[in-house]
Amino acid sequence: MSEGWQSYLRRIEELAARSGLKFHPVDFEAVPDSFMMEIAVYGLPVRMPHWSFGVRYIYQLIQRHMGHSRLFEVVFPGNPGHAYLAESNGLAENILVTAHVLGHADFSRNNLLFRRCQEQVSERIVEHAANHARQISQAIEAHGAQRVEAALDAALALEQHVDIDLPLRRARYPEYLEDVKLLVDDTFRRRFAALEPPGAASAVEAKKRAPIPPHPERDLLWFVANYAPEMESWERDIFLAVREESFYFYPVFATQIMNEGWASYWHARLLREADFLPQQAYLDAIKCHSDVVRPVAAEQQVALSINPYHLGFAMWEKIIARDGLEAARHIMEQDDDFSFVRNHLSRELAEELNLFRYSARSDGQIKVLEPDLTALREAVLAPKYNFGAPIVSAARVRNDGTLELQHDSGSDGRGLDLERSRKVLDYLQRVWRRPIVLTTVNQAGSGLELNAP
Amino acid sequence: MNSEHGRSSKAGAAKWYELFSRGARDWLRHDEKVREAVRANLPEIIAGADVINSDGARTVRVPVRMLEHYHFRLRRPEEQQGAGQGKAKPGDVFSDPHRQQGPGEKGAGGRDEGEVQLLLEFKVDDIVDWLWEEMQLPNLKARAGPSEETDWTREGWDRRGARSRLDRRRSFKELVKRRGAPGATPTFTDEDLRFRQLARRRQPAVHAVVFFMLDVSGSMSDRDRKLAKTFFFWVVQGLRRAYRSLETVFVAHTTEAWEFNEPDFFKVSGTGGTVASTGFAKVREIITARYNPGRSNIYLFYASDGDNSVSDAQDARAALGAIAADACFTGYVEVSSGLSRQLATETGKLFAELTSAGCAAGSYALNDFDDVWGAVRHFFAAESQSSDGAPASEAPPSAPTP
Repeated sequence: MSEGWQSYLRRIEELAARSGLKFHPVDFEAVPDSFMMEIAVYGLPVRMPHWSFGVRYIYQLIQRHMGHSRLFEVVFPGNPGHAYLAESNGLAENILVTAHVLGHADFSRNNLLFRRCQEQVSERIVEHAANHARQISQAIEAHGAQRVEAALDAALALEQHVDIDLPLRRARYPEYLEDVKLLVDDTFRRRFAALEPPGAASAVEAKKRAPIPPHPERDLLWFVANYAPEMESWERDIFLAVREESFYFYPVFATQIMNEGWASYWHARLLREADFLPQQAYLDAIKCHSDVVRPVAAEQQVALSINPYHLGFAMWEKIIARDGLEAARHIMEQDDDFSFVRNHLSRELAEELNLFRYSARSDGQIKVLEPDLTALREAVLAPKYNFGAPIVSAARVRNDGTLELQHDSGSDGRGLDLERSRKVLDYLQRVWRRPIVLTTVNQAGSGLELNAP
Repeated sequence: MNSEHGRSSKAGAAKWYELFSRGARDWLRHDEKVREAVRANLPEIIAGADVINSDGARTVRVPVRMLEHYHFRLRRPEEQQGAGQGKAKPGDVFSDPHRQQGPGEKGAGGRDEGEVQLLLEFKVDDIVDWLWEEMQLPNLKARAGPSEETDWTREGWDRRGARSRLDRRRSFKELVKRRGAPGATPTFTDEDLRFRQLARRRQPAVHAVVFFMLDVSGSMSDRDRKLAKTFFFWVVQGLRRAYRSLETVFVAHTTEAWEFNEPDFFKVSGTGGTVASTGFAKVREIITARYNPGRSNIYLFYASDGDNSVSDAQDARAALGAIAADACFTGYVEVSSGLSRQLATETGKLFAELTSAGCAAGSYALNDFDDVWGAVRHFFAAESQSSDGAPASEAPPSAPTP
């Protein structure tokens, strides 16, 4: 890899700081392409072993052999942040990537969603994940690979089912109903309660055992770890480890358009302003930039997905040109992709970028639909709802330990894929160790129950 | 900022990631899971595979899909909406041969087309090992023969020998014995070294000869023959494992009978009527000419659609009876794809008579490829029970009992 890039690093950092980026220091490390690929597959430099990562790994290998994807960098937020650069990057690519990484570092330090999740998980997710991996290899030694794999099958299948609106370290539910009232005691509820006629809820119910869960629980990983009737403590630890990593992944997932756009905006801008760069390096870097943010692969006219780098980049350019950097930084701090796209993807921009909405039939026929801005925004965001997963909550634990799960098909608009759901129940049943019932709806919209075993 | 720090830590730390690929490790585990899954369903998967004609390669290729780690997903709707980019007007219609993957982001969910298929290659030998292991098939009951085989076996130790035969454990024991008290620093001397010795040993022969007899008359359809041959193929493979020296004889008959070598037998087809007695007579002839029933274990497996000509019944009964008297076991597989007559045929009756007369005989109606292993299991499970009942003295020491 070309070492020349190191000599520009400090100057790019200084330029970034002068331009108003506020970031924690970042450690840069150049690693072989094979390791880059693994980081992309696992999402973290060191992570727990599981065969499903092996499947992703093969898909990545195939993609790479077909020349579809090339990874320049992966950056982990934190203080200091840690950026891995591919050893095969050339000088120009590394200059670009350095500027890009600083954009990410600025974003992850200032965006509220990132900050909240980092406060929960700590700024040392890389170390935490490595600890989880170690803890799991110890579990394998103590309890055997098969049992650990069964626990991981279940935990990783539920990795999207966390509730990031509640803290990472949550207290168990109160045991008695009386306490339930205290749980939801916030200012609003107190004022609302003051409106009710007094004495409505008498002391008759006092000391009655609260149902478990007291309300539908969306954080399935937490719920299972805390309330599974016969789980072993090392299995609970595995669930909590997966949950912690999910808390880390959520902001990365939910701000992808903003975050990649922001980093792309900044690498372009810093390069333009970096008068210390030799002309050739600048030109090469700009060429690389246009490859990264191009909307459609070179040989194609139309793409059926939207390149988040391109969309985010174009949106930030518009916002900064119109409202100035201060306003843009404000948006960057406060929004996530949902509010960002809904508030700032304008009709003009959608037209300018040739964004369109289509409907795809199951036979592969695709039809471009009439422009409708609101619907377009939702089509962009739809894969991101609820961490990309259906809304499934724990509704009740029966006296015999049977777990009732319910799918909120009203919000999701349709029922679950039954085949897959059954398999997930099978995974979960192996750690819950009592029957599990899941309710959803069938094609016609009427209720349906899945059972395991 | 901290690039200095980054560079120094890079120099200091061992680059473990160059030596070890987690992705490959987890991929191997996936591969193992696939093989386990294939193995669990082996009889069904293998039955259809064209193993007989794949001779030479001795492997079977089984197409498998990559395993999916399941998550909750919404049902795939009839029509799915999406957002795209490019020059397209409302109302444009196009078809998408391979709906391209989004930028493969974690949890992005949704599209699982463009699936990769794997072709796993299994050695026939491995498959047979697994199957016979799983079925717990017997090592066939053996009649002790004279000691005819010689083989090198390990026998004893000596102080001199080839370096490759040094027995480290044994040598160490000698060292310990010599030193007596533990704790002292051990040093080997030549005195301590022990080398394994080999000796020629005569071993009791375990001889078996298996006759495979196939009806190739015109009434046997191609599918029937294929079915019968598939059954034979797996029986041959399995028996080769059970016996150190197994001889196989392949006989096919219509109104005449011929002996074949193995490759030709699996290709043979014929036309004409069915006279089973010619086949039995041929087998009988070969037994008398080449084998001594007192020394060899004789097995006969016969596959036919059962449509023996009625006039042949008497001859066939006599010829079969003569074989059964000497054989350890005679088995009949009735292949009748389409109409399942459940052994109510001429030939079926012959074998039923044998069984009721107390001979070691059995029949099975084989109608489908899925059932090939059912047939194998039927015969060899029965054989295992009967050998359990046999007096222990009959079994030579070298033949482990099931």
